[in-house]
Amino acid sequence: MAGAAVLGRLTWLVAEAVDVLTETPRTRTLVLDVPGWTGHRAGQHVDIRLTAEDGYQAQRSYSIASAPGDGRLDLTVERIEDGEVSPYLVDDLLPGDRFELRGPIGGYFVWEDEPGGPVLLLAGGSGIAPLMSMLRHRAATASEVPTRLLYSSRELGDVIYREELDRLAADGAGFEISLTLTRAQPPGWEGYERRIDDELLAEVAWPATERPLAFVCGPTTFVEVAASALSRLGYEPARIKTERFGPTGG
Amino acid sequence: MDELMLDGNAVGGLLLEVFAEDVTRAGSCCDACGATGQVGALRVHSNAPGVVFRCPRCDAVLLRLASDGKRVWLDLRGLRHLELPRAG
Amino acid sequence: MSFVSRGFKGRRRDDVPPERIPPGQHATRDFPVLSAGPTPHTPLSDWTFEITGEVAEPRRWTWEEFRALPSEELTTDIHCVTTWSKLDTVWEGVSVDTLLAEVETDAEYVTAFCDGGYTTNLPIEDVTDGKAWVAFAYDGEPLDPEHGGPVRLLVPHLYFWKSAKWVRGLRLTADDEPGFWETLGYHMRGDPWQEQRYWGD
Repeated sequence: MAGAAVLGRLTWLVAEAVDVLTETPRTRTLVLDVPGWTGHRAGQHVDIRLTAEDGYQAQRSYSIASAPGDGRLDLTVERIEDGEVSPYLVDDLLPGDRFELRGPIGGYFVWEDEPGGPVLLLAGGSGIAPLMSMLRHRAATASEVPTRLLYSSRELGDVIYREELDRLAADGAGFEISLTLTRAQPPGWEGYERRIDDELLAEVAWPATERPLAFVCGPTTFVEVAASALSRLGYEPARIKTERFGPTGG
Repeated sequence: MDELMLDGNAVGGLLLEVFAEDVTRAGSCCDACGATGQVGALRVHSNAPGVVFRCPRCDAVLLRLASDGKRVWLDLRGLRHLELPRAG
Repeated sequence: MSFVSRGFKGRRRDDVPPERIPPGQHATRDFPVLSAGPTPHTPLSDWTFEITGEVAEPRRWTWEEFRALPSEELTTDIHCVTTWSKLDTVWEGVSVDTLLAEVETDAEYVTAFCDGGYTTNLPIEDVTDGKAWVAFAYDGEPLDPEHGGPVRLLVPHLYFWKSAKWVRGLRLTADDEPGFWETLGYHMRGDPWQEQRYWGD
């Protein structure tokens, strides 16, 4: 019933960490068990709330990285220097620990395999998380919609889900990746070496004439630069979906 | 450019508390410049005593939200209209 | 019922004398940036500060004229309605008394108006007698744009939303006219020691 579904979204549930996976030196995936969880669509996020013993509370939003129907809820969190919540989630949280969570939130930044043009995913840093949910969903549903990911990271060791992304690209189902490493590159690196700009996007992005659907996620600065570049390439504004993480990626 | 700026999608949880349905896909029309788009695409300043939604084209204030935990105050004067899907 | 997460503490300072922290506040070492909109950038060559409204004659200063006014340094605590307090912050600014001395008025209230459209209202006795400044430096440096530079109003005895960033002038008014947040639930005066955060507090 619609009323019950709405109440379910508004209510704070209790999430328990069942596993914690180190992804990169600065990021960790929390695998959560959330009794009462109603499921999500690829790209949505949750709000989480931490309460200290003296009642002090902090609330943050994190994108769901797992695919819908996976039967688990994964959040990938990046440690922000001097952050209030992320150092706790990345460094301190142990399996068995619990916090409050509500969601799923955000029907605007959602991908479900729809007929239409190809898909362009632009990720800055930990902005890859909701796009990973979309890619995992795409693989799970054996979708063949042509999809390109352009993923900007500081260096190769910061690329989250690298092996899984390589595997998805190698599967030959119409998914291609381009990486750009903005701070340091390994010897023999043949990918891009700079922050996203008009020229780089013109080389990687689908032509606007194909009416692509674009999802851009990452720090606000990254999203602003990337989204305005797509506009200049002729992408329709209504087909550029953005999710800004704020100054430091969540 | 303001690094702290988010979008309507990022404050979706707060919007759910107020509207009880997902409005991130609702259509909005700016009263100042007539620009239309989805609420999820509006520019949001939430590092503040309240939340301010601004037009991506002209920066006009479209919507303001504040709460003391028991009451929510909502100012929609900057919107010419909101278009919401009708349930049922 | 709220739910405690093992080991979560946040980033609050716990080494401060409690009598310096108003009710419902916690001390922080950071200086959080709060804003209702994009940071304005008015060139100093175009910048002016005005006192207008219920005055015999309005008064305006250019940047050079403003900076030629006597100023003072002060160390004070500041309290944001979003619950953080920051102790011993160091500012430099022109006292509002110095500015108001140049106009004649019977007005009982002021509205601060700012680049970007922000406004906030205050009783005149809350910005006089050494209680308020137009501040151009923080911590020994010119005030950063993200913290309100080139100048912001500084009224430390009230919640910090009254210390309007990017202030361009004061409009003196006969009545208390609610500003940007005061029209949306926030208290008309905002005394942190009486926890005057919202309407009805």
